[in-house]
Amino acid sequence: MTLQGEPVIINIGPQHPSTHGVFRLRVLFDGEVVQDLEPVFGYLHRGTEKLAEERAYTQIVTLTDRLDYVSSMTNNHAYVLAVEKLARIRPTERGMYLRVIAAELSRLASHLVATGFFLQDLGAFATPLMYCFRERERILDLMEMLCGARITFSYMRPGGVFQDAPPDFWPAIQQFLSEMPHYLDELEHLLTENEVILARTKGVGILPAQVAINCSVSGPVLRASGVQWDIRKVDPYDVYDRLEFDIPVGTHGDCYDRMMVRLQEMRQSLRILGQAVRDIPSGPARAPVPFFLRPPPGEAYAHVESPKGELGFYLVSDGGISPYRCKIRSPSFINLTPLRELLRGWKMADLIVIFGSIDINMGEVDR
Amino acid sequence: MGPWLAQNSIYRNIYAFLDGVLPAPLGWLAYFLAGFTIMFLLINGVLLLAAGMVYAERRLLGRFQARLGPNRVGPFGILQPFADIIKLILKEDVVPRGADVLLFTAAPVMMAAPLFLITAVIPFGQNSYLANLNIGVLYLVAVTGISTLAIFLGGWATGNKYAMFGAMRAVAQLISYEVPLVLALVGLVLLAGSLSLVQVVEAQRLPFLLLQPLGFFVFFAATSAELNRTPFDLMEAESEIIAGYHIEYTGMRFGLFQLAEFGGVVVSSALMATLFLRGWENPFVPQGWPQVLPSHLWFLLKTLLFVFLFIWVRATWPRLRIDQVMGFAWKVLMPLALINLVVTGMEVWLWPQPTTAQLWGMVVINWAVAGACLVVFSTLMERWGKRPTASVVPVRLSAEVR
Repeated sequence: MTLQGEPVIINIGPQHPSTHGVFRLRVLFDGEVVQDLEPVFGYLHRGTEKLAEERAYTQIVTLTDRLDYVSSMTNNHAYVLAVEKLARIRPTERGMYLRVIAAELSRLASHLVATGFFLQDLGAFATPLMYCFRERERILDLMEMLCGARITFSYMRPGGVFQDAPPDFWPAIQQFLSEMPHYLDELEHLLTENEVILARTKGVGILPAQVAINCSVSGPVLRASGVQWDIRKVDPYDVYDRLEFDIPVGTHGDCYDRMMVRLQEMRQSLRILGQAVRDIPSGPARAPVPFFLRPPPGEAYAHVESPKGELGFYLVSDGGISPYRCKIRSPSFINLTPLRELLRGWKMADLIVIFGSIDINMGEVDR
Repeated sequence: MGPWLAQNSIYRNIYAFLDGVLPAPLGWLAYFLAGFTIMFLLINGVLLLAAGMVYAERRLLGRFQARLGPNRVGPFGILQPFADIIKLILKEDVVPRGADVLLFTAAPVMMAAPLFLITAVIPFGQNSYLANLNIGVLYLVAVTGISTLAIFLGGWATGNKYAMFGAMRAVAQLISYEVPLVLALVGLVLLAGSLSLVQVVEAQRLPFLLLQPLGFFVFFAATSAELNRTPFDLMEAESEIIAGYHIEYTGMRFGLFQLAEFGGVVVSSALMATLFLRGWENPFVPQGWPQVLPSHLWFLLKTLLFVFLFIWVRATWPRLRIDQVMGFAWKVLMPLALINLVVTGMEVWLWPQPTTAQLWGMVVINWAVAGACLVVFSTLMERWGKRPTASVVPVRLSAEVR
């Protein structure tokens, strides 16, 4: 006769140090092992989609900042692309390049946060987090040069960006591009050679490719499972078709691969940034678009490869100054789909780590 | 004055002073007061060092993490721990509903008590100690066992599920790690030929750190686990179970748990300095020569060295999972401690009265064994930690799949 403990239900969240916001998991534990779980969210719901229905198209840019507040630029980007598709606006060349630069800087910033918090979840006392944030601060300084804000940028507009980069931005970004690879080398070196990190992440939380595709997972989580799928390649937007970069793909689909895919993506982002800074044409940064834009009736869906996955905006216009419907396909929310399959059978400490490796953002999940 | 005090100069000096001050019929009181004075010194010294440890840890963690650390209260933030303590004392003391009040209040006290009990046998300077127990090492092991119970009681009595998690983990982990801890000490005892800490210090012609590299590694790792510092801080794991067993404690009760942790680091470091680094002895001037610095200062410096080591480890490493922690105790530390014990035992059997040359021979042998163990165990651990073969078939999606 074996001893049978009584399973216990524990609420992880909404006020928990490592739920990355106000996410709540009701977990059925048998000792240390996760038996079943039920995610509960909506604690940060602000009704962005409804608010968008009563604002002018340009004003909604500020709403998109509040979705994934770690990389606001990509939200702006996706929304602005959707509006351009809807209203058939052609952005200026320089504006497109600037948008790509901003988006890639944002990707770097977001992946740094993801990696830092992932290591925080592993129990490394904020040390890697602080170093990641140190680099992120430099990216935010660059963003501040571009638009004056550090978190909610509202930098992009239909037709380009709202202002050209100041002249001292270019030497600053060149310096950043020359120094960042060394930091990435250091980070990768420290992460891939630490026995504890390897023991905690290798083979933990394996997400098979078929399950990932069936759950409609996207972004680094999907690529870590071995699926070569990147919106920038399969459906290029702005000027990504003119830039050379590779898509890092994982082989096992475990936490370690998800972490490494993010690290490799940072390198590719640096490559993209180098080319974009080199090739940027002169000209206006923004095509003239009226503030009260009235797109013809119709609908448009535009998606970008945000740091978390496929971020899409579906806009329906009825000819008025604000969209009739604005649907946001938020990657964080959809990446939570396989959570139950991923976590069942793992221990509590693994639950936190696997959850951290998915890299969600509550602002985007709850919208 | 009994003969058992003839060695203990600090006791003798205090006693002589008090005996001169007090009137003749009160001679017995001088005895009592002398002992009391040393206890007072020890307890307050531990408390002060624990406060200093809070400061040092926060400050050094700040430095490790490329930030400043506390620097507002007093010069360089030195008064920060005192500000913390005052804040904790002024805070409301909440007893959660559903808690077992008696155990809930007893746990922090039980947690902090062993800290002061241990210091009784530590020689903190030349001929300075409270008690020269002939079973000092055994006493240490026995006293440190109390904190396991305190942690379990605290977690259980709180009535919180997270605390229960912490308590369950604590019991599993602490009991497992006591075994290698004790086994690592046995090697030292064999070499020193005595369980008394005073004699262990005097027996170290070479620091035991050189003679017992494996023993030191096992002792350090096991001590880290006993004090629940990273990489073994499972029962406090703030990214998983928030604070573990002391999640519901507020005010000074929480402060006592913190004191137990930080004071534990200080006391353990003092122990390691005693056991592995010749305690209070000056490392540069041979015994019997005139000393430049007082022996107490040397002891403090060596203690701080180990404190720094603890903080360094804490700033650097992530946490292990519960099964890995238990595996580390039973699969790695246990065999290492046993190997160390066997090798040391054979050496002591070969050379019961080692000359200096033979001691150096022991050093060479032990380090060779440690190196071999390092190679063997790292290969084994690598094999245990292997990922399952690639379960993922790369999928290439073409653009038409959209």
